[in-house]
Amino acid sequence: MKLIDGDLRHDGRKLDELRPVTMSVGILKNANGSALVEYGKTKVVAAVYGPREPQTKYMLLPNRAVIRCRYHMASFSTHDRKSPTLSRREIELSKVIREALEPVVMSELYPRTSIDIFIEVVNADGGTRTASITAASLALADAGIPMKDLVAGVAVGKVNGYLVLDIDEVEDMYGEADMPVAIAPSLRQITLLQLNGILTPSEFTQALELAKKGIEVIYEIQRETLKKKYLGVKVED
Amino acid sequence: MSVTPSTEFFIPKLKTDIIISMLAKGLRPNGRRIDELRPITIIKDYIPNADGSALVKLGNTQVLVGIKLELGAPFSDTPNEGNLMVNAEFMPTASPVFEPGPPDENAIELSRVIDRGIRESRAVDLSKLAIVPGRKVWNIWVDIYVLDHDGNLVDASSIGTLAALMLTKLPYVEVRDSGEVIIDRNSKKEPLPLNNAVTTVTIGKISNYLIVDPDLEEESLLDSKLTVIITEDGLIAGLQKSGAGYLVEEELSNIINIALSKGKEMISTVKNFIKEY
Repeated sequence: MKLIDGDLRHDGRKLDELRPVTMSVGILKNANGSALVEYGKTKVVAAVYGPREPQTKYMLLPNRAVIRCRYHMASFSTHDRKSPTLSRREIELSKVIREALEPVVMSELYPRTSIDIFIEVVNADGGTRTASITAASLALADAGIPMKDLVAGVAVGKVNGYLVLDIDEVEDMYGEADMPVAIAPSLRQITLLQLNGILTPSEFTQALELAKKGIEVIYEIQRETLKKKYLGVKVED
Repeated sequence: MSVTPSTEFFIPKLKTDIIISMLAKGLRPNGRRIDELRPITIIKDYIPNADGSALVKLGNTQVLVGIKLELGAPFSDTPNEGNLMVNAEFMPTASPVFEPGPPDENAIELSRVIDRGIRESRAVDLSKLAIVPGRKVWNIWVDIYVLDHDGNLVDASSIGTLAALMLTKLPYVEVRDSGEVIIDRNSKKEPLPLNNAVTTVTIGKISNYLIVDPDLEEESLLDSKLTVIITEDGLIAGLQKSGAGYLVEEELSNIINIALSKGKEMISTVKNFIKEY
């Protein structure tokens, strides 16, 4: 399937162009922190509860908070209705998303508690796990949980032989490779790296460069979003 | 829901420090070089009732892979292709921390990484597995049973899967005029059509040091690991970072280079075992 014509992709974007990215924080009243992130038509809500005393105490750790993470796709988020029960894919993604956030959350400050991250993909159009990481790290910051950095994610793909930034569902489905990446940019730490598809070693290096470029932009929007909410907040005497 | 695991095996701080100071000199507590795999042993056709099987030992890690072929219906988007399903079970025999029950997130992650490698590299030629196009195809069930856990279950499983796929024979099938499909499992047998050989190479990171094929003791010290799926022709067919730590860019090219050479070594080891009788 021909998805690239000249220098433009099927939706008119350039090869290294992100979809329109929008973010907002504090969108839920009850959660300690929350965020809504959109990459084009991909729409993800993240909520953070905690640090708090968990329902079940057996998994508590004496030296740090445990992070609990659930990535879930709403049944109406996909073309065909998705069963709301957790699929094997969602179980794997809950794990890799948790592991993408572990390096930045200062969990050692809250022993014997749990920090719970709930992610709902409400509309899926590719890049849901990376949008989830971007949203979850905003929600953690919104909850006031000390972090060493924010984490921002984006997926790079190979489509019709070209490396392209921020692939959507069509490009994922008909493309040759999908490589989601998440980075804590100020720390220069790569906290998520997956590849589904075939790349040569040199394509991999280029794909990582492309991902870094996209992540810089997304990271800046994350910071602006937090500043917009919190810079105006006055501390009362 | 995914929850931060508690450390499975506590290693005293003193020992951790010693291991890290050894790594700084390029040494490992088990005497291996940092890029040295543990010895691989493959016992072929270990399960007579399976259509393909292998028992793999990677050091003291033991994994049994059995492949069963069943008649099935194709998916509507691939009417002329067979189907591949990979499942992994961490048996309670394998470790004091494995509990009976459905696969947990680690077993699911492992099976999905193995599946990804076979699928993306088109290692199995699924297009040759349609029996009645659009109606009847072969379902390939790859079941990975971890029997004994001494670290690096992913690579042991991928070696086992590659070996078992190479040993799999397609049962004889006959399509009657009525459309009925007869399977004769006794008069075999064409080998399963394969395009490519593929394996994973897992590289662990302890502090700033990279090690190939971490054993259980090393695994409990890992900050993170990267599993690189390598094809016979030197392509990257998948990646999976795992663990609560991070990687830095400078490490990645190093990891990829190690994985390319170790992947070749693993694939040729498997091929040698399959060849000799």
